[in-house]
Amino acid sequence: MAYMEKSIEEIHEALKNKEVTSKELIEESIQKSKEVQKKYNAFVSILEDVEEAEVTDHLLSAIPYGIKDNYSTKGILSTGSSNTLKDYIPFFTATAIENLNKKGAVAVNKTVMDEFGMGGTGTTGHTGIVKNPWDPSRMCAGSSAGSACAVATGVYPYATGSDTGDSIRKPAAYCGIVGYKPTYGMISRYGLFPFASSLDHCGVLTRSVKDAAIVVDAMKGIDKNDMTTWDSKDIHLYDSITGNVQGKKVCYIKELCDIKQYPNASEELKEHLKNFHQQLDLCKTIGIEVEEISIDSKLLNAIASTYVVISCAEATSNMSNLTGIIFGPRGEGDNYIDMMKDYRTKGFSPLIKRRFVIGSYVLQAQNKDRYFHNAQRVRRLLVDTWKELYKTYDAIILPVGSGPAKYLDGSLDMLNEDTAALEEHMQVGNFGGFPSITIPDGFINGLPVALNITGNCYDDENILNIAYALESNMNYKGQIAKEVNHG
Amino acid sequence: MDKYKVLIGLEMHCEISKTNTKVFSSAENSYKEIPNTNVRPVDMAFPGTLPVVNKEAIRKSLMASIILGCEQPEYMYFERKNYYYPDLPKGFQITQETKPAPVGIYGELEFECGKENKKVRINNLHLEEDAASSDHYASYSTIDYNRAGVPLLELVTEPDLHNADEAVAFLETMRSIYQYADISEADSKKGQIRCDVNVSIMDSDLDEKDSSNWGTKIEIKNVNSFGGVRDAINYEIERQIAKKEDGTYDDMEQQTRRWDEESGKTIYMRSKVDAIDYKYFVEPNIPKFKIAKEWIEEIKKDIPKLARERKDIYKNEYGLSDYDATILVKEKDISDYFDQTIEENIDPKIASNWISSIILGHLNKNYLSVQDIFVTPKMLAQLIELVEGKKISSKQGKEVLYKALMEEKEPTKIVEEEDVRQIGDEDSIKQVVLEVLKEQPQAIVQYQSGRTNIVDFLVGQVMKKTRGKANPAMTRSMMIEEIEKR
Repeated sequence: MAYMEKSIEEIHEALKNKEVTSKELIEESIQKSKEVQKKYNAFVSILEDVEEAEVTDHLLSAIPYGIKDNYSTKGILSTGSSNTLKDYIPFFTATAIENLNKKGAVAVNKTVMDEFGMGGTGTTGHTGIVKNPWDPSRMCAGSSAGSACAVATGVYPYATGSDTGDSIRKPAAYCGIVGYKPTYGMISRYGLFPFASSLDHCGVLTRSVKDAAIVVDAMKGIDKNDMTTWDSKDIHLYDSITGNVQGKKVCYIKELCDIKQYPNASEELKEHLKNFHQQLDLCKTIGIEVEEISIDSKLLNAIASTYVVISCAEATSNMSNLTGIIFGPRGEGDNYIDMMKDYRTKGFSPLIKRRFVIGSYVLQAQNKDRYFHNAQRVRRLLVDTWKELYKTYDAIILPVGSGPAKYLDGSLDMLNEDTAALEEHMQVGNFGGFPSITIPDGFINGLPVALNITGNCYDDENILNIAYALESNMNYKGQIAKEVNHG
Repeated sequence: MDKYKVLIGLEMHCEISKTNTKVFSSAENSYKEIPNTNVRPVDMAFPGTLPVVNKEAIRKSLMASIILGCEQPEYMYFERKNYYYPDLPKGFQITQETKPAPVGIYGELEFECGKENKKVRINNLHLEEDAASSDHYASYSTIDYNRAGVPLLELVTEPDLHNADEAVAFLETMRSIYQYADISEADSKKGQIRCDVNVSIMDSDLDEKDSSNWGTKIEIKNVNSFGGVRDAINYEIERQIAKKEDGTYDDMEQQTRRWDEESGKTIYMRSKVDAIDYKYFVEPNIPKFKIAKEWIEEIKKDIPKLARERKDIYKNEYGLSDYDATILVKEKDISDYFDQTIEENIDPKIASNWISSIILGHLNKNYLSVQDIFVTPKMLAQLIELVEGKKISSKQGKEVLYKALMEEKEPTKIVEEEDVRQIGDEDSIKQVVLEVLKEQPQAIVQYQSGRTNIVDFLVGQVMKKTRGKANPAMTRSMMIEEIEKR
C-alpha cells in the first residue's frame, strides 16, 4: 500500500521510524499527482521542485498536501482557476497555509476549482473540468473539485478547501471522503481569494475525521489580519476525539429525509435515503439519541434563493478589484473603462458573469429591499431556526444531496425540483457559520454517498466526535477511489 | 441679492493625519512625497487581503463626533460603496452610511463669523478610507497608492449657511477643531481637506424652514481650498441668480458640477437622474462592534482645550486683548508655543508681545510653521528673563532673538559669546561718562551755550565705548547730572 493512501498518524509513524523519508513521500505524491492530472485534470500546478521538510514531533511534518488554488501562496502561481489571474504569482501567503507550513507540512500542488469558488460542479476552472475518480463520466462537484479528487485518489492524505455554500462538503461526498469546515472565524481567511465574505470558510478534505481534526488544529488560530477570527487556543480537535457519544442527541428534518416527500423520487434517491435511515439506526446502537423534527418546507425551499442573492451580491463587490490594472493581464482600450471591460469580458467565464449580473441586480437601489434585504431576513430566520434546535440537539444530521455524483453531461441527470432543498441545505451551515462535516455513509451502484453533521458555533469538538463515532462504526474510513463500471 | 436667500450645505472631507497607520491597513499614515512608499497589499487590493480597523482612527472620529454634539452609535458598522475607478483599488470604498449609524449623527456647531455667532446643524459625520491619488498626462496616467486607505472624516452639514463668508468661517472653525483635538494637521496644501459644496437660492420672502420652498440643489464637487470654496459659492450664486432673472431657473435640473480653479467657473458634470447607484451593503469583513459608554466617557475627558476655550482663558485670565488672543489661537501650534512659554513663568502679556511681534513675523516672512524654527519656548523664556532682569536691553533682546532665529543658535549662547549685556551699575557707567566728558570739552561748552541736545551725542559716545551695553536711561540721566555740575 502506498504511503500517501495511509492516514496522517500512520504516515507520521513511518517517518518517525525512518521507514520512509520526506523525499520519498514527495516523490510518491508528485508521481501520483501526474497520474491523476492525466486522468482527471485535478491540478493547476504541480510543484515538482518542492523541498523536503524535517520530520518533527508534529503529525503533519514532512507530509505532502495540496492547496486549493484560491489560497494565496507566495512565489507560487495562484489563479483561483480564473483566466483573470492566469499568471498571478502572489508575494504573500495565506495565513492558513503559513500555519501549515510552519508545522513542516509540504505543499506539492495547487488544485483546480470552479472559477473563484463560484460553482458546484468542478467544471468551470480555466484549465478545464475535473472528473470524478470513481466514474470519470461524472463530476466531483465543486468548488473544491481538484482537492476532493486528489485526496480520494491517494495523492496525499489531505488538501485544503474553501466552502461558501457547500464547496468542501459536496465534493467530499461525491468523492467518498471527509469534508470539514469549522466554525466561521476559526481559520483565518487572510489570503483566501474571496467569493462571498460573510459565507466563505476555509477547511479541509481528508479521508478520515481524525485527519480532518489534525489538519484544522494546525490551520486555525486568531489572526491580526482577519478581524472575523477568534481565539480558539482552548479548542483541541484531535485531542478531544474520544468516540464516546453516550447521551448525545441529534435530529434530522422530516421534510428533507422522508421519502414520501418526493413523489417522483429516482431509484438513487430512494436508496440514498434508505441508506441514510440505516445509518440513523446505527447512531442509536452506539448511544446517540435520534429524533425527527419538522421545519416548514417554505423556509427550507427558500435556502437556495437566499444563498444566490447574498453570495452573488457579495461576489460582485468582492471581485471588483479584478480590473487588470494592478495585477492580472491588463486589458486593451483607449481609456480605463474600456481596459477594465476588455479584461473582465475576456477573463471571466459566462457562469461568473451571470452571477455578477444577479449580484448587481439585487443590490440596485430599487431592488435592494425586495431581494438583498429580504434574503438577509430569511438568512436570519434560518439561522435562528437552526440555533433553536441546538438548544435541544448536539447536531443536525442530514443526507448530502439526492444521491451519488451527477453526470458531467447534465442531460443525463433527472431534473427534479422536489430535491432542491435536499441539494442545498448545507448552505445553512454557511449562513450561520456553523461547524459542518460530511462523511461517506455508503455506496449506490458502486458510487459513494454521504451524510452531513452540522452543529452550533464553537461546538466543533462535539461535532467531530460524533462524526468520528459514526465513521468508526461504518466501513468507509480511509477509502481510495476505484473506477467502477456500470450501466 | 436681497431678492434671494442663499442656502449652502457643505460636505467637508478631512484626512485624519494623526494616527500611526491607515484606517484599515497597517501601512504608515503619513504624507510622503515619494509615490507608492506607504503601501501594504490591502491598499492595492491584492486578492485575499482584508481590512482591519484602526482603533485610534475610531477614537479620533468619536472625539470629533462628541465635539460636534452628535449622537454616537451603539454599534459601529462599516459599509461598502461600490463603484469602479482606477484610484479605488478594491472597486469599493469602505465607508459609513447614515443607516446603520455612522460615528456621529445630528449635531450642531456654533462658530464665529466676523463678530457674529452662527449655528450650523450637522447631519452626520462618518469615517471612511481615502482613495489613491492619480495624475493624468497626455498619453498616460499615474497612480500613487500612498493616500489609499488614509482615514478620512466626512462631515455633512444641513444647508444652514447663507453666504461664502459663513461657509469659510465654518470651515476654518472645523479646521481649528481638527488641529486642536489632535485629529488632523488639516493642511489643504497636503490635500488633507477637500470639500463638496451644495448651493441653492430661493426667493427671500419665503420661509427657509419649509424645505419645499428651497430652490434646486446644485452640488459642486472637489473644491480643494477655502479660497476655492469662497469663489465657487460666489460664482454659483451669481450663476443661479442670472438664471432666475432671465427666467431659465425653473428649467435647471438638480445636478452635480465641478469647480474649475483655472477658469474660476463651475462646470456641469452630471444630472441627478444619472446619479451613481453605489449599491451600499454592510462590509462583511468587519464585524459590528459595540461602542462602550465608558469608552465615550474616556474620550470626552481626553478632549483637549479647543481654540474658543483657550481664547477665553487668554482674555479673561491672562488679560490679553481680543485681538492678541485671536492671533494666538488661530493656529494650534502657535497657541501651544505660547502656553509652553508662559509655563516657564513668563508673564502672558509679555510672552504674547514677543511671540506675535517677532516669532509670528519671522514665520510669515519665511513661510515657516512654528515647528520649523530652532528657538523653543524654553529658549524664548530664557531670553525674556534676561530682558526682564535688565541683564540686556529689550533692543538687545530683539536683536538676539532675530539672530537666534536666523542662525539657529540658542539665544543665551549668543548673549554669552558676543558678550551682550547691559551695564547697569552706577560706578561703571559713571566712569565712562567722565571719560567721555574729558575727551569732549567742546561739547560741554556747547551744552552750556544752550545746545542741550548735544547730550544725545555724548550718550552715543558712551554706548560706543561700551559697545551698547550701558543702560541708556541711566547713562542719559548721569550725563546730564555731570554736565550740570560743571
